[in-house]
Amino acid sequence: MLRIGKIPIAAFSLFIIAFPWIAHNIPPIENYIDLMIFAGIYCLMTIGLSLLMGYAGQISIGHAAFYGIGAYTSAILTVHYGLNPWLCMFFGMIMSAIIAVLVGAPSLKLRGHYLAMATLAFGIIVYIIFNEEASWTGGPDGMTGIPGLNLFGFAFDSVEKYYYLVWIFVFAAFIFTANLIQSSTGRALRAIHVSEPAAGAMGVDISAHKLLVFVYSAVLASLAGSLYAHYLNFINPATFDLFFSIKLLIMIALGGMYNIWGAIIGAGLITFLSYEWLHYFEEFEVIVYGAILLLVTIFLPNGLVGAPEIVKSWFRK
Amino acid sequence: MNFVGEENILEVSRVVMAFGGLMALSHLSFKVKRGMIKAVIGPNGAGKTTLFNIITGSFHPTEGSIIFKGLPLEHLKAHKIARRGISRTFQTVELFGNMTVLENVMLGCHTRVRTSFLASGFRLPIARQKEIQIQEKAMKILKFIGLADKFEDPAGSLPLGEQKILEIGRALASDPELICLDEPAAGLNETETYVASSLIRAINAKGITILLVEHDMKVIMNISDEIVVLNYGQKIAEGSPREIQNDARVIEAYLGGGT
Amino acid sequence: MDKITLAGQIFQYLITGITVGSIYAMVAVGFNIIYNVTEIINFAQGEFVMLGGLVMVFFYSVLKLPLIMAFPATVILVTLVGMLLDRLAIRPIRHPSVLTLIIATIAASILIKGAAMLIWGKDPYDLPAFSGRNPITVFGAVIQPQYFWVIGFLIIIVIALSFFFDRTIIGKAMIACADNPDAASLVGINVQQMILLSFALSAAIGSVAGITLTPIALMEYDRGAMLAVKGFGAAILGGLGSFPGAIVGGLIMGTIESFGAGLISSGYKDAFALIVLLIVLFFKPSGIFGSLEISRIKRF
Repeated sequence: MLRIGKIPIAAFSLFIIAFPWIAHNIPPIENYIDLMIFAGIYCLMTIGLSLLMGYAGQISIGHAAFYGIGAYTSAILTVHYGLNPWLCMFFGMIMSAIIAVLVGAPSLKLRGHYLAMATLAFGIIVYIIFNEEASWTGGPDGMTGIPGLNLFGFAFDSVEKYYYLVWIFVFAAFIFTANLIQSSTGRALRAIHVSEPAAGAMGVDISAHKLLVFVYSAVLASLAGSLYAHYLNFINPATFDLFFSIKLLIMIALGGMYNIWGAIIGAGLITFLSYEWLHYFEEFEVIVYGAILLLVTIFLPNGLVGAPEIVKSWFRK
Repeated sequence: MNFVGEENILEVSRVVMAFGGLMALSHLSFKVKRGMIKAVIGPNGAGKTTLFNIITGSFHPTEGSIIFKGLPLEHLKAHKIARRGISRTFQTVELFGNMTVLENVMLGCHTRVRTSFLASGFRLPIARQKEIQIQEKAMKILKFIGLADKFEDPAGSLPLGEQKILEIGRALASDPELICLDEPAAGLNETETYVASSLIRAINAKGITILLVEHDMKVIMNISDEIVVLNYGQKIAEGSPREIQNDARVIEAYLGGGT
Repeated sequence: MDKITLAGQIFQYLITGITVGSIYAMVAVGFNIIYNVTEIINFAQGEFVMLGGLVMVFFYSVLKLPLIMAFPATVILVTLVGMLLDRLAIRPIRHPSVLTLIIATIAASILIKGAAMLIWGKDPYDLPAFSGRNPITVFGAVIQPQYFWVIGFLIIIVIALSFFFDRTIIGKAMIACADNPDAASLVGINVQQMILLSFALSAAIGSVAGITLTPIALMEYDRGAMLAVKGFGAAILGGLGSFPGAIVGGLIMGTIESFGAGLISSGYKDAFALIVLLIVLFFKPSGIFGSLEISRIKRF
């Protein structure tokens, strides 16, 4: 039975809860709390994508668009109209869901390469819109003055508070997704991945399931975008470009597509790589990512999560 | 052999399937009575799997119709046809290798019992209840087909004979009224074939109609009530096993094909 | 000065469209060659164009080689990159699936892009036009002579490829592989080599596109992705795998983009080609010359 163990979840939650305290006591890694906020935001996206790509076997190279739609919806509605940020976040998720249905319904009928290209084109079109519609989005210069978040007077105005806020969302998403995977919906998705004819013959509505997962991943990406906007209080289109969609792909491939933990590991590693380790070698950033993706595809098709299996099989030989 | 009703559960009516210039099926018509085991035989390329694919909704026929329990279904998508009560197995076993034996059969229950997206995600009591229901039903089927002790094994790790049995079990899980079995004995040795045939008889004894494609003539002669013979996409004969055995056209087309 | 007539404007957009369309056509032809032999869509196709431009800058502007030498040198070098792509990124994959191959070519495209960024930096580079920059006036439109070089090279490529596929043994062997790799290997055709050749050819054609494009539109390290997507759009529009389709698709794509940018909005210039791509994918994925049945039977 596919069971997502409760013990690893408990252990991981303990780690997350304790992390800021650990970081404060080890000065060199104090800024890692800020990094972990980004890691968490990315996890929201990779969890959804891992369901879409790993379990349901579909591909999207345009997810930065949904990230951006969430961020810009939150930004525009709070900055231009002064609406409640939580409402705007929710509204952003609805917007993303609707757009995901409009784009997903025709796209998911396509196979493999065609689907990849359709999502790619969609992602770029949204990026162009962010850059061009300056009266709404501020154009290439972006938008500033995005308010922070607060709940009934409690303001999430410190790094630690925002850290916990983001990770509460991540855990909620993780548990919801883990539940899904272990249910009849999860089985249906895994069936679709292996054999669509057999899944269909057993009564699984394939297009509905693919669309459902696509929308779900879009909604999570939108949530991530809103959280991002309210954290940095500033956004610009460059964050939501094609390269970011590809970075998400790298996170999933590195961590392991076919496993929800892979989503967490991949997001975490690439965040640290991005902000901390490659910081000093900016010119090498792109080529390092390309190399990682290529090496993982050739040698670790199941990602780092699948590495123990591969090592075991070496010993067997 | 068993209680065969008067009603036609399935009617294949003047079905034509053309792929570009190739006529895979040409004005094919026959009927299947509820409760019977009907075999479809013919040389390779005669159109048997194409026929199954049309009945179960993988493709739509160029012309003609398929009438099931009085209603046409040739334009429906596969999953809707499954929900009407038709299930199937595949010529090359299409099990879900990424799941266990039990999970494969649990997936088979999808037609009848499934939880909604939100209920699953939030793990609501109703979702938990249904999950237990599905598990129990799947275990019952595994016991019926004799694979209960292997329920946690990955489906791909079973020997071929058991895989084919498992696929039949999965097809049973949707409480079908008609099961289309595509070469259930292909690649099986004598013992495995015997197990498969007994299972098919046991299923039929429960009142489920069986449409069967097979090359193994012993199996066909042993368990079928009626046989339809196809060649080059057309029906060349139809009748009881004895009639077919003695039919000159069949003998000519086939020359005792299979073992 | 002469007034700019509407006809002149339209003709201007048309010529620009055909020129840009020729580039897209060349990219599309490259996609088709690889796709026909392997059923893989090479996401790195655009990088060959980018490399064509930048490597040419190296040979011509840095090493100061004459045009006659720099041009073929560039094509050869980029062809080698294409062959490396097959050897290092595609061949090593043990269990090729659609998803894995897509990701592999994406990885290759980022690698190439990253290397280009390291070597040439982020700035755009220029090349001198082949026959000068004195504009020619035709029907009231002002046209750079380089445009004709681009269109001219497309014509040369079309003729050369037709000859190659119709008249040479190797070309026919490649078509055989495209139709049926198993049968082809049974008659002694080395399928692996044909695949390598298809990458080599596509890279060569892509590099020609880059070399001829740079004097018009400059070239920088990250241009590849957009070219690839639009070139793919052209290939799909014409019918994936169809050689005449690639040409027609490219020209139409370029023309739509040119008129769109000129008449509707220049900020959204890139979006026009992408929207065409989406429309084709959603409503008629087999394209103009493709057939629905063939697209169903193809493995991917």
